[in-house]
Amino acid sequence: MRIRFNWTGTMNPDTEPSTFDPSARAPSPPWDLDAIRRDFPVLAQRVRGIPLAYLDNAATSQKPTAVIDAIANFYRHDNANVHRAVYTLAERATAAYEAARERVRGWINAASADEIVFLRGTTEAINLLANTVGQDWSAGDRVVLTTMEHHANIVPWQLLRQRNRVEIAVLPITPKGELDMDALPALLDGPTRLLALTHVSNVLGTVNPIAEVVRIAHDRGVPVLVDGAQAMAHQRVDVQALDCDFYAFSGHKMFGPTGIGVLYGKAARLSALPPWQGGGEMIRRVTFERTRFAPPPQRFEAGTQDFAGAVGLAAAIDYLDRLDPTAMERHEAELLRHATERLEAIPGLRIIGRARHKAPVVSFLVDGAHAHDLGTLLDRKGIAVRTGHHCAMPLMDFYGVPATSRASLAFYNTHDEVDRLADAIDDARKVLA
Amino acid sequence: MTDELEDLYQDIILDHNRHPANFRPMAHADRTVEADNPLCGDQLTLYLKLDDGRIADIAFQGSGCAISIASASLLTERLKGATIAEAEQLFETMHHMLTGTARPEDEAVDLGSLAALTGVRRYPMRVKCATLSWHALKAALDGHGDDDIISTE
Repeated sequence: MRIRFNWTGTMNPDTEPSTFDPSARAPSPPWDLDAIRRDFPVLAQRVRGIPLAYLDNAATSQKPTAVIDAIANFYRHDNANVHRAVYTLAERATAAYEAARERVRGWINAASADEIVFLRGTTEAINLLANTVGQDWSAGDRVVLTTMEHHANIVPWQLLRQRNRVEIAVLPITPKGELDMDALPALLDGPTRLLALTHVSNVLGTVNPIAEVVRIAHDRGVPVLVDGAQAMAHQRVDVQALDCDFYAFSGHKMFGPTGIGVLYGKAARLSALPPWQGGGEMIRRVTFERTRFAPPPQRFEAGTQDFAGAVGLAAAIDYLDRLDPTAMERHEAELLRHATERLEAIPGLRIIGRARHKAPVVSFLVDGAHAHDLGTLLDRKGIAVRTGHHCAMPLMDFYGVPATSRASLAFYNTHDEVDRLADAIDDARKVLA
Repeated sequence: MTDELEDLYQDIILDHNRHPANFRPMAHADRTVEADNPLCGDQLTLYLKLDDGRIADIAFQGSGCAISIASASLLTERLKGATIAEAEQLFETMHHMLTGTARPEDEAVDLGSLAALTGVRRYPMRVKCATLSWHALKAALDGHGDDDIISTE
């Protein structure tokens, strides 16, 4: 079995119980930050003469040279449309695309590569499901979401509600930013057809106990879709261990390129879905009278896919695979601890999201300093953070705030960058107060 | 702080943010306009009392960043007692000055304290913070009533 740890170094509740003792394992080599940062050329730049501190990784992550080169090399040497022709170049491109699918399969431990659908990203994956899973739902059927969802896991279901008059129910969260698990079972009874929730909150950093949630949902016969966009950069996800029915994620948030993402679905689930978009590649036989569709995953890959993006995503996985997961988790946990400690010490600063299990994401409010003023003042010191509603307006409403500032960290961020953030917030606070 | 930043967060802006002028509700306003910027959550309500073609009283309430609050505060300070025609003209001038499309006639206007707002031109992501209250003003002058919500988006 695979062992995973969360950022506080304790066992991740998503995994099954284990007698594994981390201290018994050979010590992992120290996290060589200088070497890792050299792998990411964008990080070496200065903004207005000041070294860039990129702390907006939840929006998009930076790309290692290995990914940039893999994409460039594909276009230089291997580019041809996939699955279409018999010449050597097309064979090579097809092989690279399918090898990328297999690489993704292995990385998330799917049972079969046929369970890996390449799409543009998490948003497209959820839209695909809302348009296929939900196609035969009727008035009164229910999808359950949570308060901490990104708009990408809200709006597609609202569009479905407009079409089929289905119901949307919302699992509440606690003030600390954890799912209200006690409220879950009641929501799953009755006409609930799907539970769709995020693995990691892009605002709060909360890591939801997906395996436990899935168990509870499956006990009541409800399938589960997991929005994994924010999880993949921080942990190895094992879809079979989680036992979720669908898992969606984006390449660009896990050090891969934009424009490529993945929908994992259990084979039986995907096979039961009708096509969504029609076009080339997704068919078996077309006449004007009738078309027979290809089986998954091709059924959902109409038209020319971003196969160069898939190659880039595979390169990102190769890169992540070379990192020591234990050392990475330790570094991220340490960054989160340090950021929380430094920010908490700033007078008038309040952190939003105090879950026990958190990814290295810190959202905060500062008395007398609006998030957008903070964002501008931090930018002038080379510090990139996100300010605003983070595409999670219902969550902002829950906390009664219009906007927050958010520092989201990756394994290449440093303690020095966290210190610069804290100092710059303190300075900005004094300017604005 | 860099010089460039001082250009945006000048003392006059910071002071108006800390102590906005005419920041109060107004009973029996002739025009009430709500304006919001959904991108950053800024919300303000502008109240006008008109008398014989003049702005007899003007006030605002709301929440937002320093730029949007200071802009609204400076607006009310400048326009209390102005004629509607003057206010309309000033809207045109400020609109062009803030969006970096100033015409020669705009440059010729003595903006006084309002000049502090024009630093926002160098911050494309922040221009809408400064223009929010001015769009509310325009809507109020155009006779929009209680039920209108003006948005910068």
